[in-house]
Amino acid sequence: MWEYSDKVKEYFLNPKNVGDVEDPDGEAIVGSIACGDALKLTFKLDENGRIKDAKYKTFGCASAIASATAITEMIKGKTIEEAEKITNQDIADFLGGLPDQKMHCSVLGRQALEKAIANYRGSVSDKESEGKIICNCFGVTDFEIERTVRENNINTVEEVTNFTKAGGGCGGCHEAIEKIIKRVGNENPQAGRPKLSNIQKIKMIEETINREIRPYLRNDGGDIYLIDVIGNRVIVATRGAFASCKASGETLKHLVESKLHEMVSQDLSVEEVSK
Amino acid sequence: MKTIYFDNNATTRVAPEVLDAMLPYFSELYGNPSSMHSFGGKVAYELEKAREKVAALLNASHDEIIFTSCGTESDNTAIRSALDVQPDKRHIITSSVEHPAVRSFCNQLELKGYRITEIPVDQNGLLDMDIYEKSLSPDTAIVSLMWANNETGVIFPVEKAAEMARSRGIIFHTDAVQAVGKIPIDMAKNYIDKLSVSGHKFHAPKGIGALYLRKGTKYSPYLIGGHQEKNRRSGTENTPYIIGMGKSAELASANMEKEGSVVRYLRDKLENEILKRIPNSRINGERELRLPNTANISFEFVEGESILLMLNEFGICASSGSACTSGSLQPSHVLRAMGIPFTMAHGSIRFSLSVYNTMEEVDFVIEKLPPIIEKLRSISPYWPPDSNPHDLTVRTKHENE
Repeated sequence: MWEYSDKVKEYFLNPKNVGDVEDPDGEAIVGSIACGDALKLTFKLDENGRIKDAKYKTFGCASAIASATAITEMIKGKTIEEAEKITNQDIADFLGGLPDQKMHCSVLGRQALEKAIANYRGSVSDKESEGKIICNCFGVTDFEIERTVRENNINTVEEVTNFTKAGGGCGGCHEAIEKIIKRVGNENPQAGRPKLSNIQKIKMIEETINREIRPYLRNDGGDIYLIDVIGNRVIVATRGAFASCKASGETLKHLVESKLHEMVSQDLSVEEVSK
Repeated sequence: MKTIYFDNNATTRVAPEVLDAMLPYFSELYGNPSSMHSFGGKVAYELEKAREKVAALLNASHDEIIFTSCGTESDNTAIRSALDVQPDKRHIITSSVEHPAVRSFCNQLELKGYRITEIPVDQNGLLDMDIYEKSLSPDTAIVSLMWANNETGVIFPVEKAAEMARSRGIIFHTDAVQAVGKIPIDMAKNYIDKLSVSGHKFHAPKGIGALYLRKGTKYSPYLIGGHQEKNRRSGTENTPYIIGMGKSAELASANMEKEGSVVRYLRDKLENEILKRIPNSRINGERELRLPNTANISFEFVEGESILLMLNEFGICASSGSACTSGSLQPSHVLRAMGIPFTMAHGSIRFSLSVYNTMEEVDFVIEKLPPIIEKLRSISPYWPPDSNPHDLTVRTKHENE
C-alpha cells in the first residue's frame, strides 16, 4: 500500500473544488484515460486580475485527486503571474510529499495550470506541444522530459518515469531519455551526477558488481567479490575459470572498470586482491 | 473496524485446524526428520503423512510430491529443470497472462537466448488453442500454462494442452497455485508432468509450496545440498509448515465440493447485484469457465486505486488491476492481453472470496460500493460517458469577446 501523507488522504476522501467554473477565463485538460490519469482545470478571475475561483475534474488515483484539490487551493487569490510560478514540487510540498512513483500526479497538476494560463492568454499552442514525442506510450515530449529533469535534479530513467511517466510503458524510449539526462547533466555536472558520499559510492559499486558484472561472469563459471574500497581504488577478488589465467586478468579489469565508470564514477580504478 | 477480507487470491487466512496442527512442531517436536534417532524419526513419519495428504488432494502418488518454499520456487524449478535436462532445446511456450513467477522468469531466459512464445488470449481470457498447437515444435523444451488465472479466475484447458504436448514428447508444467484446493485436480487422469502448489492460497501459511513431479519425468534440482526430498530439493525440511500444508490439503480434500458451491453462490450474488446496481460495469473473464471464488469487475471511467482506498475506509479488502496499484504505469498485463479497453482496465477490481466469507459481508459490499463509484464518477471528467472533456473550445475567452 502507498504511504500517503495525511493531507493527501484528507483531500482524497474529502475533495474540494470539484466541478467546472461557470464561464471560465482559463480552462485546460491534460492527460488521457489511456494514460490512467487526466485533469480538467477551469478558473475565473476577479476584477483585480486575481484568481477568484478554480475547479477541477479528474480521473485518477488518490494522489491525482489530492493534487487536483491542491492546485485549485493554491492558485485561489493569486494573480496569473504568481500562479504560473508554481512548480510540481510546490504541489507535492503542499500535500506534505508524494510517494516517488506518484510524483507524476504533481506534474499533471502543473501542466494543467500552465495550459489553462496559456488558454487564458490566448496562446493556443501550449508548451507541451513543443518538442517531439519521445515516449509514444504516454505521449511525452523531449521538452517536457528535459524540463522535468532540470527542475527536479533528476539523474535516472526511473525518476523520469516517476515524474513524467515517460518510459513506463514498453520501455523503447529509455535510451532516448538517457541521452536527455546526459545532455542536461552536461549543462550542469551537479545535476547529472551528484557528488557521492563514501557510503553511497561503496553501495553503488556493490550494486553494480552484483547486478551488472557478477551474472555475466557466472555465465562463464566465474565469480567476483568486492573486498574493499580505498579512495577511488576498488579492490576485488575473483574466482573461477579466468581467475587462474593471467592473460584474462586484463580483460576482467577492463570489463569491471568500464562498467564502474559507466554506472558509478569515472575516477575509479580496479585492482585484484593479491593472492 | 471489522476487516472484510475479499482478497483470497492474494493470500488466505490460516485455518484454525492448520495452526493447531503446526504448533507442536515449533515447540516439543523440533527434531530433524533426517536424524538417526526416534525423536527425529517421529517428525519424519508425520512429514510423510503430510506428503500423502497433499498427494491425495491431487490424486497423485506421495513420491511425486516435492516440498518447496513457495509457488514461485516451484515454478522456477519446474522450468529451469526442463532446460537443464534438455540442453539442446531452446524454446519455451507459455501464455500472455501468466503470473510473474513464470512470466518474469521467462523474460530473463529470453535475455539468455531462449526463444519464448506467449500464447495469446481472447477478450474473455480464453487461450488460443490453434496458435498453441502450431507453436509446439521439436525445439520446445517445456510448456508452462497456468491452470487458473489469479486475476480473472479463468480456467485454461491444461489437461488438453498437456495431452497435445505429451504426444510430441514435450514436458508440460502448470502453475496451479490458484486452482489447488478450489477445483478438483486429478493427476491420474491427465498428462501433466509438473504442477506448482502454494500453501497460503488454500489456508496453509505463507512460505510453503510443493512441486508435483510425475514419475519418470527427467528432472534436475534447483537447490543442491543435502539428500532431503530424495535429492530433489535440498535444505532441511520446514517441518511445521509442511505439517500445516498437509492439514490444509486434508481439509480441502474433504470440503472442496461443498465449500466451492457456497463460495460460488456468494460470488455470484456479489457479481449480479453489483452489475444490477452500478451502470457501465462489466465482468472480466469468461463467466462460465472460472474459479468459483473470483470476481473481476470493471467500472468504467473511474480508477481502481481510488476505489480500493475508499473500500478500505470500510475495512473492505480487495485488489485492482489498475496501473496505479501495480506500481507500474500500465494496467495489469492480464487485462491488457485480453484487450480490455483502457476505460475499463483502469477501473478493475478483483474480489476473491473464501469459505470464511459470509452473506452479511457480501451484502455489506453491495451496499457500500455503488455510492463509492458514484462519488468517483462525479469527480471524473469522463462522466457521463457521452460527455467529451477533450472537446474544449479552442478559442479563448478574449477571442469570444
